[in-house]
Amino acid sequence: MKTSDIIKNGLIKENPTWVLVLGMCPTLATTTSAVNGLSMGLATTFVLMMSNIVISLLKSVIPDKVRIPAFIVIIATFVTMVEMVMKAYLPGLYDSLGLFISLIVVNCIVLGRAEAFASKNNVGQSALDGLFMGLGFTWALTLLGIVRELLGTGCFFGHSLIGGADGMLMMILPPGGFLALGLLMALINYIRSKSKA
Amino acid sequence: MIVSLTVIALVAAAALAALNGVTKDAVAATQKAKVENAVKEVLPAFDRLDEQTIDNHLCRLAYDAEGQFVGAAIEAGNDKGFGGHLQVMVGCKADGSVCGYRILETHETPGLGAKADQWFQQGGKGDIIGQTPSQGALAVKKDGGSVDAISGSTITSRAFLAIINDASDVFGKINQ
Repeated sequence: MKTSDIIKNGLIKENPTWVLVLGMCPTLATTTSAVNGLSMGLATTFVLMMSNIVISLLKSVIPDKVRIPAFIVIIATFVTMVEMVMKAYLPGLYDSLGLFISLIVVNCIVLGRAEAFASKNNVGQSALDGLFMGLGFTWALTLLGIVRELLGTGCFFGHSLIGGADGMLMMILPPGGFLALGLLMALINYIRSKSKA
Repeated sequence: MIVSLTVIALVAAAALAALNGVTKDAVAATQKAKVENAVKEVLPAFDRLDEQTIDNHLCRLAYDAEGQFVGAAIEAGNDKGFGGHLQVMVGCKADGSVCGYRILETHETPGLGAKADQWFQQGGKGDIIGQTPSQGALAVKKDGGSVDAISGSTITSRAFLAIINDASDVFGKINQ
């Protein structure tokens, strides 16, 4: 597989959020602000890349029958590492993302890439795939966070743009998450279909 | 099969144990700093702190440079919040009036109950600073009290005021 294909797949063609529609739970729950979306995306990117590397290295050692438990152990290890480091050095962020960091373990993208890509390709390509799938997830979450934060609180990355306005509270509550996700997904897929034609 | 899975699990456990050793101190330090900042924020200026445990509440008694008792910071909480547990650091002046508060743990709805961190502060819509719960427990207007509840979050407001009242009870039992 060509390097440019791997990059394009992660960012646009097989984007985890807009195209594969995987990992919706953290996508909806943590995008109440742009910073939260960005941090969640980067944490997932780290886990994706590291687990892809390790799984790709171990693919010949892991027997086929127990590959899923083995993948999960590896993924859970990296997630716990992210959690520990965040708790120690970024307590503010840890408080706002909380439970969703540990839930990266069950994010379908991570296991999905391990199974579909890392267990079949070499280390370099797997690392690249993990990095760009993660970045694809990150830009999707950040965009969603920007839209929701802007409409919900009138802020952009925590800086108030509209003085004194309270914003539409609904946008940072769960219903606003579904609405923003659906409309953005429609918009992005519309743009993709136009550019293809 | 069993061997490879066991080896993977062992390596993972060892890596996590090693990392835990590295981050343990930093976690404890940030936790401690968080509590210390909360204590400073809710109390009037003080020179020295004493600790006392009353009814399972950790109280920090504050004294000024002359050894005069100026107030106490009391940690209190309950599970009556809309999202579960609420934990608050409540500061009382020597006369028993509320001097300040800081929410330590909350699971309230963002944009609604989560506003409690500002709502009841000085100048907020439900300002409770300077009130003395021992002369009459604080309650929201809906329950016949005088405090404005957070709009749409009466449950959070009730839970929060119950914590303030509890802290005030504890304050009454402090041995200065």
